[in-house]
Amino acid sequence: MEHVNTVAETLEDKLTHDLGYDDHFHEHHEGDKFQSNFLTKYIFSTDHKMIARQFLITGIFWAFIGAMMSIVFRLQLGFPEADLAWLRPILGKWIVVNEAGIGKLDAEFYYSLVTMHGTILVFFVLTAGLSGTFANLLIPLQIGARDMASPLLNAFSYWFFFLAGVVMFISLFLSTGPFSGGWTAYPPLSALPQASDGSGAGMTMWIVSMSLFVVSSLLGGINYITTILNLRTKGMNMWRMPLPMWALLVTAILGVLSFPVLLSGVLLLMFDRSLGTSFYLSEIVVGGQILDRIGGSPILFQHLFWFLGHPEVYIIILPAMGIVSEVLSVHSRKPIFGYTAMIFSILAIGFLAFIVWAHHMFMSGVNPFISNFFVIFTLIIAVPSAVKVFNWIGTIYGSNFRFNSASLFSVGFVSMFISGGLTGIFLGNSAIDIPLHDTYFVVAHFHIVMGIAAFFGMFAGVYHWFPKMFSRYMNETLGKIHFWGTIIGAYAIFWPMHYTGMAGVPRRYYDGGASFDAFRHFQDLNQFITVAAILVFFLQVLFMVNFFYSIFSGKKLTTKNPWGANTLEWTTPIVTGHGNWPGNIPTVQRWAYDYAKDGEEFIPQYVPLKEGEHDMGAGH
Amino acid sequence: MATLRQEYNQSKIHPQKFALWIAIGAIIMMFAAFTSAYIVRRAAGNWLEFKLPDIFMVNTAVILLSSITIQLSYSGFKSGKEKRYKGMLIATFILGLLFLVLQYKGWEALTELGATFTVNPSSSFIYVISGLHAAHILGGIAALIVALTHAYVLPYKPTLRRKQRFELVVQYWHFVDILWVYLMVFFMIQS
Repeated sequence: MEHVNTVAETLEDKLTHDLGYDDHFHEHHEGDKFQSNFLTKYIFSTDHKMIARQFLITGIFWAFIGAMMSIVFRLQLGFPEADLAWLRPILGKWIVVNEAGIGKLDAEFYYSLVTMHGTILVFFVLTAGLSGTFANLLIPLQIGARDMASPLLNAFSYWFFFLAGVVMFISLFLSTGPFSGGWTAYPPLSALPQASDGSGAGMTMWIVSMSLFVVSSLLGGINYITTILNLRTKGMNMWRMPLPMWALLVTAILGVLSFPVLLSGVLLLMFDRSLGTSFYLSEIVVGGQILDRIGGSPILFQHLFWFLGHPEVYIIILPAMGIVSEVLSVHSRKPIFGYTAMIFSILAIGFLAFIVWAHHMFMSGVNPFISNFFVIFTLIIAVPSAVKVFNWIGTIYGSNFRFNSASLFSVGFVSMFISGGLTGIFLGNSAIDIPLHDTYFVVAHFHIVMGIAAFFGMFAGVYHWFPKMFSRYMNETLGKIHFWGTIIGAYAIFWPMHYTGMAGVPRRYYDGGASFDAFRHFQDLNQFITVAAILVFFLQVLFMVNFFYSIFSGKKLTTKNPWGANTLEWTTPIVTGHGNWPGNIPTVQRWAYDYAKDGEEFIPQYVPLKEGEHDMGAGH
Repeated sequence: MATLRQEYNQSKIHPQKFALWIAIGAIIMMFAAFTSAYIVRRAAGNWLEFKLPDIFMVNTAVILLSSITIQLSYSGFKSGKEKRYKGMLIATFILGLLFLVLQYKGWEALTELGATFTVNPSSSFIYVISGLHAAHILGGIAALIVALTHAYVLPYKPTLRRKQRFELVVQYWHFVDILWVYLMVFFMIQS
């Protein structure tokens, strides 16, 4: 659908030209001088749009690796008797072939796969791949800036992420295997190199990789905050900003305040591992040998880890929320419902994120009195979350909804967020958490609420802004197949896990709990889950095919503003060069959500208010 | 650091300075994590008590003095007193190096006390926290070297750009000073 005709485009050019202001960017700026050859344009670029694409493609690469790992361990869980010898060309010695010629997944490597799946998906895909991509792409474009506050640090942010990835990737090929003690890296498994195969070189490389990743996140976060607060165009006050900006701002603040704490925790871990200190180690015996480490507390690491770890889940979900808010409003052709409430709920979630970390530690022996405190604040998070869900539904309600890949994935996000959020209320209660902890109920909860939901937000963003990123469309039919298959498949994977979890099936077991008589009858369900997981995996391959095919051969964009959206990124040329706007920077006259107002389908942000018209942004 | 600046800047603060404030916030969080880990770990018992060697107090005086000298250098830069600008900058640099040397002596004194790196978390924490602080001082010294190059290689010209750059160094140096004072007060209250 082409929503902007040529008359409107001429008007738009006139408006952006007359109402923009000249920042002398093109007179004295180096411009494209540094982006002239292949290497500087595509590899060592400092242009935020190129860095966004780098983050996205690297994220997709890691998502593919992480998903393949999950298929391998799902095969083990669903078909423990199956012959996996055909995987030997890829996994080599991690497939142990017995005398009968039956190949089995090495048990130790199963733990490595689970650990790496968690680490890769949480940090490399849903942190760097999601907020790295959309913060880079959208911040300068939506606030009306030429680029980030520091394009160079921005490029460094990507390259530190890249290096972190290289180190983690190499650790996959160690003869002792990558780290296997769980993505949370709890000591003593992470603190004693002799604790397990993966605790040696694998863990060392995990620490190095994560430290590089923290540096990447900090460089990015500092840049995002500075850019949003300092480089907004004329008229773009905070209360007119599109919601992705608010979400990405709070995300960046969370990252800058919580990642350093992880770095501290990991640093102490490193000293425990390599220099003989005992921050996290107390009286401990390994392999019959009494170690001379005394007086440490493994709980201390859990506190430091979850002080990052909990905000981290909001670092993952907030950008998705921002993207979904924008996409739903644009494709509903309606203003976002409750703009001000949306902003304050983002801020409330951001604040609460810091005072609930110990709800991950109800079972670690923390004082039950302290648990009460964390239970209350955890449950309070349901309030701003519910406000957001209510507002998304209010936005769609009664609208002339456009069903396309981007908007469908946004609706899917809301569905997943509700389903996963409800089980969060179970687990947030320490009394209910005691029987449910470390079961598949927890696995189902967090995969739905932050895994699938964040992925849906990311897909919505990719389908919606693909035309901005690559000047082409993705294939809609494939997109819709991708959506319907994935939402049905994802529920088929995780819905049954709630039941097995409530029955007490423990997570992280190589045999999926089959060694217990009580859990043996879940084998059919486990097979069902595995089959669903494999199908969903192939749907993601379909997405990747669509994505890479469309970059080169997708339908070409013929208009600047294909969705008829109000935000500034759609005022830039179809192929957006360095500096984003060829002439003046547009100024902003109104909030971002004037849809279906005064008989107009949409009124972009640069259009001046009519006489007597009020700006609808917050605080008006 | 290549920076795109816009003529129209809604806030009064320079973006680079603002970014430095956020970075300082991140560093504060890192040390807040260490000091709260210290408190939590101490409350868990099995904690070796010892008195911090006096050399740490001397060190505190040195870093406080360096804050004064860099401030004098900065005011000299602004008011056109080139000699004071350059001299006080050199003094700051020397005091910064002296701080690192004294820090090393402090660790030696700790070891002589028997509070070695691995004997007990109580001493491990001192080494880790002060060591990490020293790493941040090292970063400050790198920034001072840049400022010194500006002072001695470039002709003296108090332009807005140079002032802003120098202010970044001053801001960071004051921060590592205050951070050290916080850490000393923290250790004294705790022991």
